[in-house]
Amino acid sequence: MRRVGPIFAVLAALLALWYLAAIWMNATWVYDQAQRSGVEVTLAELIPAAMAQDRPLLPPPHQVAAKLWEGVTAQAITSKRSLIYHGFITFRGTMAGFALGILLGVGLAMAIVRFRVVDKSVMPWAIISQTIPIVAIAPMILVVANQLGIQGREVPKAIIASYLSFFPVLVSMVKGLRAPDQMQLDLLKTWGASEGETFRKLRLPASMPYFFASLKVAVAAALVGTIVGELPTGAVEGLGARMLLGSQYGEPLITWAALFASAILAGALILAVGLVERLAAVKMGVRA
Amino acid sequence: MVVEAKNLNLVFETADGPVQALKDVNLSISKGELVSFIGPSGCGKTTFLRCIAALERPTSGQLTVNGMTPDEARKKRAYGYVFQAAGLYPWRTIAGNIRLPLEIMEFSKTEQAERVERVLELVELKGFGGKFPWQLSGGMQQRASIARALAFDADILLMDEPFGALDEIVRDRLNEELLKLWARTGKTIGFVTHSIPEAVYLSTKIVVMSPRPGRITDIIDSPLPKERPLEIRDSREFIEISHRVREGLRAGHADD
Repeated sequence: MRRVGPIFAVLAALLALWYLAAIWMNATWVYDQAQRSGVEVTLAELIPAAMAQDRPLLPPPHQVAAKLWEGVTAQAITSKRSLIYHGFITFRGTMAGFALGILLGVGLAMAIVRFRVVDKSVMPWAIISQTIPIVAIAPMILVVANQLGIQGREVPKAIIASYLSFFPVLVSMVKGLRAPDQMQLDLLKTWGASEGETFRKLRLPASMPYFFASLKVAVAAALVGTIVGELPTGAVEGLGARMLLGSQYGEPLITWAALFASAILAGALILAVGLVERLAAVKMGVRA
Repeated sequence: MVVEAKNLNLVFETADGPVQALKDVNLSISKGELVSFIGPSGCGKTTFLRCIAALERPTSGQLTVNGMTPDEARKKRAYGYVFQAAGLYPWRTIAGNIRLPLEIMEFSKTEQAERVERVLELVELKGFGGKFPWQLSGGMQQRASIARALAFDADILLMDEPFGALDEIVRDRLNEELLKLWARTGKTIGFVTHSIPEAVYLSTKIVVMSPRPGRITDIIDSPLPKERPLEIRDSREFIEISHRVREGLRAGHADD
């Protein structure tokens, strides 16, 4: 209880703030309606009116929750209106981008640690790549993929997601692979270990704590990248497309429900990575 | 001769200009000796040990290990090296750590297991093979690192302040055990230390060194018997040798 207490306190404060903001923002519409029909609204009338609009400027929490619940349970999971369906599309894209990002990040880190020239030439570009807004690049990747005759959005989405997720893996792995000190490298040298053995038996296991720390950031980045990849016009599947649909058709509840679905997905992914990390830590003899 | 150095010089090029780490070092170590290198920091004792291990390359002079160049000797697994820190991999068990050099040297699985058991017994860590390093005390970790250096049967054991980070009580015990181990295995041991009692207690030969430039100022052949209970440190001979070592160290410093 002592651990969850503060979490609930913050949550309650956020919800209260959210309700107040919803009343304040949705009041405009209530006052407009009242003025048009020539009646006065009291505060007691305003609050329920601000809580139950079809198209609120800022939907209050319970409306978002209801929409989310409806999207998850009220239709077959194959329906285009099911958040499970769209969530799965986004999950699949995230996993592809995450995997690609790990491969790219670890591969580049290995090359950077091994070859000085790669360190000098690639690292600055990796950093520059992260200064370019992903929303600017995403449509270009989609267009180029289409031009190359790649059907569907799976591949370009994975590329966009990996563009964001490779970076934390790269930075952490460079640090992790360089973690062993000179003494440990000398010791391996006295046994005549090859470079490959030094990598497999020392550098790689020594980098694992860094690797797992970066995975939590990378998986969240991959999710953001996937959603950005689902945003540009033409997308019909995925939580990103759902958010866009909601805003295009003036259905904020759809957008907000999709937003929360993606937040829940992100939370689940980070928990899953944390679980894998803990299993690996136990196997590697980390102090319980 | 196991180790033979003739007019050995080593100059490090640093940002502040060249530093003479070793100057005209001449030394012979014969089989089965336990040789201590003692001196203040910067005297080249560790550097000399690293030259024997082919971790540093002398600038000039001659150095042979088992009649070969240090590099050839290293490739023939002539020596095991023990550093001041145990340097055990935290993700491997004690047995896994000792197995590491054996894996690299491609011993068969059964032989790996046999050797691990044997050296664990040798350093009195029998039954601790399945533990992870953090579950052991500092002294036990250092014993495990000695076991690791012994596992592949090198004739030479090079130890760079192996007990330097341990408290005096543990240190005394490990010194006693090292002597027993040495008597049982007949290995040639090179031992770097900055403790006079440790050097005198352990060695058949004490090499006193001085800094700037790193050089040998005295070589003392110990008259102490091979059997050395801890009490020997109160004997007259022991005190006399200690005195001579201290004089040698002081003489080196007088040049400053």
